[in-house]
Amino acid sequence: MQGFPWLSTAIFLPLLGALVTLFVPEAAAKTARAVALVFLSLSALCVLIIALGFHAGQGFQYVEQAPWMPALHVTYFLAVDGLSLVMLGLTAVIGIIAAIAAFGITDRVKLFYTLFLLLQTALLGIFCAEDLILFVFFFDVMLIPMYFIIGIWGHGRREYSALKFLIFTVAGSVVMLVGILALYFQTGQQTFSIPALAQLVTTQHVPVQWQDWIFLLIFAGLAVKLPVVPLHTWLPDAHVDAPTAGSVVLAAVMLKVGAYGFIRVSHYLLPAAASHFAAFIAVLGVINIVYGALAATAQHDFKKLVAYSSVSHMGFVLLGIAAGTQLAVTGAIFEMVSHGLVAGMLFLLVGVFYDRTHTREMTRFGGMYTTLGTGGGILGFAGMANLGLPALSGFIGEFFVLAGTFTVFRIAVFWAILGIVLIAGYNLWMMQKILMGPEKEEWKGLPRITRRELVTLVPLMAFCILLGLFPASIIHVLHGPVQQFVAHLGVK
Amino acid sequence: MVGYAWIVPALPLAAYILTVFAGRRLGERAAYFGVVALGIATVLGVTILIQAAGGARAHVSVPWLQIGPYSVPMGFTIDPLSAVMLGMVPLVAWMIEIYSMGYMHKDPEFNRFYCNVNLFVTAMLVAVIADNFLLFLMAWEIMGLCSYLLIGHWYKDPGNARAATKAFLVTRIGDVGLMAGIWWIFSVTHTFQFDQLAPALHAAALAPAVLTAIVLLVFMGPLGKSAQLPLHIWLPDAMAGPTPVSALIHAATMVAVGVYLVARTYPIFQLAPSALVWVGYIGAITAFMAATIACVQTDIKKVLAYSTVSQLGYMMLGMGVAGSMAAGMFHLITHAFFKGLLFLGAGSIIHAVETQEMHKMGGLFRKLKATSITFLIASLALAGIPPFSGYFSKDPILAAAYNSPYPIMFWLGLLGAFLTAYYMTRACLLTFFGKPRDQHTYDHAHESPAVMTVPLWVMAVPAALLGLFVSGGFGGFLSPGYTPADGGAGATVLTLSFPLLGVLVGALIYGSGRTEFRVAAIRALKPLYVFLKQKWYFDQLGLALMYIVLGVAWIAAAFDRYVVDGIVNGLGALAGLLGRAGRVLADGSAQAYMLTLLLAVAVGLIALQLIGG
Repeated sequence: MQGFPWLSTAIFLPLLGALVTLFVPEAAAKTARAVALVFLSLSALCVLIIALGFHAGQGFQYVEQAPWMPALHVTYFLAVDGLSLVMLGLTAVIGIIAAIAAFGITDRVKLFYTLFLLLQTALLGIFCAEDLILFVFFFDVMLIPMYFIIGIWGHGRREYSALKFLIFTVAGSVVMLVGILALYFQTGQQTFSIPALAQLVTTQHVPVQWQDWIFLLIFAGLAVKLPVVPLHTWLPDAHVDAPTAGSVVLAAVMLKVGAYGFIRVSHYLLPAAASHFAAFIAVLGVINIVYGALAATAQHDFKKLVAYSSVSHMGFVLLGIAAGTQLAVTGAIFEMVSHGLVAGMLFLLVGVFYDRTHTREMTRFGGMYTTLGTGGGILGFAGMANLGLPALSGFIGEFFVLAGTFTVFRIAVFWAILGIVLIAGYNLWMMQKILMGPEKEEWKGLPRITRRELVTLVPLMAFCILLGLFPASIIHVLHGPVQQFVAHLGVK
Repeated sequence: MVGYAWIVPALPLAAYILTVFAGRRLGERAAYFGVVALGIATVLGVTILIQAAGGARAHVSVPWLQIGPYSVPMGFTIDPLSAVMLGMVPLVAWMIEIYSMGYMHKDPEFNRFYCNVNLFVTAMLVAVIADNFLLFLMAWEIMGLCSYLLIGHWYKDPGNARAATKAFLVTRIGDVGLMAGIWWIFSVTHTFQFDQLAPALHAAALAPAVLTAIVLLVFMGPLGKSAQLPLHIWLPDAMAGPTPVSALIHAATMVAVGVYLVARTYPIFQLAPSALVWVGYIGAITAFMAATIACVQTDIKKVLAYSTVSQLGYMMLGMGVAGSMAAGMFHLITHAFFKGLLFLGAGSIIHAVETQEMHKMGGLFRKLKATSITFLIASLALAGIPPFSGYFSKDPILAAAYNSPYPIMFWLGLLGAFLTAYYMTRACLLTFFGKPRDQHTYDHAHESPAVMTVPLWVMAVPAALLGLFVSGGFGGFLSPGYTPADGGAGATVLTLSFPLLGVLVGALIYGSGRTEFRVAAIRALKPLYVFLKQKWYFDQLGLALMYIVLGVAWIAAAFDRYVVDGIVNGLGALAGLLGRAGRVLADGSAQAYMLTLLLAVAVGLIALQLIGG
C-alpha cells in the first residue's frame, strides 16, 4: 500500500481540480462547485487511505523523496507521522466543509474554486513537507489564494484586510526563510531535510551564539501565523472581512500552520534555544490566552468575538508547546484539532446568522433560540464547545495542556485559569445576547436552517463529541511524534 | 448486582437519547421514557445499596486514554459512599419526573425539559459512581450544563437568561480552582484515581502549606457547586427554573454533589487539617448567613433557596468538625428528601395559587390538604424537631462542633438552627394558616392532581422517618468505627431548645394575623432589615467585580484597536506606500508578488552574509 505516492496524489488532486475548473465555462457555477467537491473528496479519500494504512508508532511513513533543486540541495521530500496525519485529516475535512459553505457565493464562482483548490493543495503540502524549502514553498503558496479570497469575496474593508494579512504573513515568511537559510549555512551539511537536520541536533550542532538568533527568526516568522500577541493584529481584520469559507479555513487550518511549524521546525531543530526561551514563550502563551479572552469579552461584533477567541485558544497551544512535556504537547496538538472543529463551526454559524440578518451586532440579535430553532441550538452547542465543556473536544485539549504545564510553569497555569473563566464569560454572554431573551419582531419568520448548512455543521459537531468522549482515537497516533519531540527538547 | 452498577446511569441516558429522537412525535408521552427508566434505576439503586450494606463491593475500570507514560482509565466504584447515593438519587429523581408530568403539563417545551432532566440524572449518577477525578469532573460539568439549561428553561424572560448565565459563570470560578487542584495533585501523584490519591500524596511528603493549598483549591469546586460563601450568589437566582428543577438539581442532588466530592476525597482533606478548619468555618458562616437572609424573604422559593444554602453549610460544617464524612453525608441524604419535598410542595402551592409571594397566600391548609401536611412534615424535619429526620442528621453535626476547639462554629450553627426553625414557622404560617390575604387566588386554589401529590407522600416517608430508623447504622456503614458525636447534656439541651425556641418566636410573631408588631419591628431594626433584604450585599459585590472585569476587557479591546493596530497603521507613509503596491497586486499580477518575495529573500540572504555567515 505504501508504494504508491499517496501523499502527492492527495496534495495535488486539488491542484488538478483547480486546472479542470479553469476550463469550466464562466456561467456554469454548478459545474465549478461540483468539480471542486469531487476533487476535494478524492483528495480526502487519499488521506483516508493513508490513515488506514498508517502504523502508529513507526515514525515517518509514505516517504516520497526526489531531487528538486539539486544545486541547492533542495529535495521534494514528503512523509507523514502521527502529527502530520492528524493535521491532514483536519485539512481534508475542513476543505470539503468550507467548499460546501461557499456554495452561497455567486460572483466569479470559477475563480473562487480555482483559488480555493490551490489553497487546499498548499495546506495539505505544508503538513507533510519534510524539506524546509518545500515547507516554505507551500507556506508561501498558501498566502496568494487566501489574499484574493479575502480581497475579492470579502466584506467591509476587504482590500485593507487582505493586504494586511498579506503583508504580515509575507513578512513572517521572509523572516522565517532567513532563519532557515541561516540554519542551512551554519550546519554546513548541505541539506534542508528536517529529519536529517534533527539528527544533527544530537551530534554536531549549530554554534551556540547562532542558535538563539536562528530560533528567534524562525519562531517570529511562525508566530505571525499562530498568531502570537502582538503580531495578531491582522487576524481580527482578516477574519471579519473574509467570506465565511475563507474564515473557516483561516481559523480551522491556517492558524495551525504556525503551531505545527513550532513543533516541526523551530523547537524540533533548535531544542536548546527552545528550552532557553521556554519561559518567555510560556509568558507569550498566557498573554495570548488572557489578552485574547479579554478582547473577545469586549466585542459587540459576533465575528470579531470569534476571531479574538481564536487568539485566546491558540495561547493554550503555545503554552503547551513551551512547557514541552508529553502531556502538554499532546494537549496542544489536541487543542489544535479541536479548535479547528470549534472555530470552523463558529465561523459557519456567524455566516448562517449573517446571511439571514445582514448584521453581526450581537445586541441586535436576541431570542434566536425561538426564531431559528435548530440553528440556535447548534450555536448553543458551539458556544459550549468553545468554552471547554467536558465530553466535547475542547476540554480535553485545554485540560491536558494545563495538566502538563503545571509541573513546569505553575504560575502560568494560574494565569491561564483566569483566562478559562473569561472564556466561559464571553461565550455565555454571547449566547445570552444572541439566543435568549424574547423573540425580536424584526427577525420573526427568518428562514430556518437549511439542509446545506446542516451538512456543514453536523459533521463538525459529531467530531467534536467523538473526540471529547474518545480522545484516544487521535492521541494514539500522536504518541510517537510527541515522545520524539519531548525527548528532543530534553537535549540541551 | 454491584458489578453492573453502570446500568443505573445508562438507563436515564437511554431515556435521554430516546426523548431526543422520538420526543417530537410522542408529545408529552415521551416523559414515560424517563419515568420508566428511573423506576428501574431506583430498584437497581436500592438493590445495590442493600447489597453494599451486606458487604458487597465493586470496582470496575477500563483503559480509556494513554498519554506517554500516563494511563487514564475510566471506571466506577461501589462502596458504601456511592451506594448510599445510589439509594437516594434515582428515587428522588424518579419522584420528581413523575411529579413533573403534572407540573410541566402543557408547557410548550415539555420534552426539552425531560431531555435535560434525563441528561442531568445521567451525569449525576456518573459523578456518584466515578472512580476517578477526570470522569467525576466531566460529569460534574455536564450537570452544570443541565442546570444552566434548566434554569434558562423559560429563556424568553431576560431575567431567567441572566440567572442561567450567572449560575454557570459563578460555578465556573469554583471549577477552575478544582481543576487547578486536580492538576497539582496529578503533578505529584500521576493519577486521577480517587483511591490512590491520599496514599500517593502522603508518600510524597509535601509541606503542610502545599497540601493545604492543594486541598483548598479542590474545595473551590464544592464552594461553587454547593453554593458556599462567597460563591453562593448563583443559587437563589437559580430559582428562575421550573420548581421541579429546583427540587432535583438545586436542593436534592447537584448542589449536594460538592459535599459529596468532599466526602469522596475526604482522605486528602484529612491530610491537611488546617484546610478542614477552613471548610468548617465556611460551612458555619454560610449556614448562619443564609439563614438570616431566609428570614426576610417573601418569595416561598427564595426562602427555600437560602435555606438550601444554609443547610449545605451545615453539611460542610460537619465535614470540617466531625472528623469523618459520615455526619455531613447523613445530613446530605436526609436533606435531599425533606428539601426536595419542600420544593415539590412549594411547586404544588405555586401550581394552585400561581404566585410565589407568601403575602398573597394564607389559609391554604383547608384547600391543599395533602400538600400542606407533607410540607409541614418536611418543615419539621428541616427545623430539626425530633423525631423527624433532620434532627438526627443536624444534631451530630452541632454536637461535633460543640466538642471541637472552635466554639464560634458551634454558636453560628446553633443560631442558624434557631433561625431555620423560625423562618420555616414563618413560611408555614404565612402560607397555610390565618386568613387568606388574597381572596381571589384563594378562591381559585385547588389541590394538585394525584400525579403530583403521590410523589409528595412518597418523599414524606423518608423525610419523616429516615433518622429514626437508619441513623444508628448509617455512620458506621459509611466510615467504620465512626459514632455520631455526643456533646453531652449541655449540647443536647441547646440543640433541642434552640429550634423549639425558633418555632415559638415564629409562632408568636406570625401566629396572629395582626401586623402591627412586625411593622414596628422592621422600623426599629431598619438597618439590619435592609442589610438582610440586600442579602449582605454579596450580589452587589459580585456585580462590582463583574463590571471591573468588563472594564478591563474594554480597556484591552481599546488598547488592541487603537494602540496595537494604531502602531501598525501608524507606520503611515509606509502603509500608504504598501497600499499602492497592494493595488498592483489586486490587479491580479501574481508575478509582482513573487518578485517581491524573491527580492525580500535576496535582501535577507545578503543581510545574512553581511552579519557574518
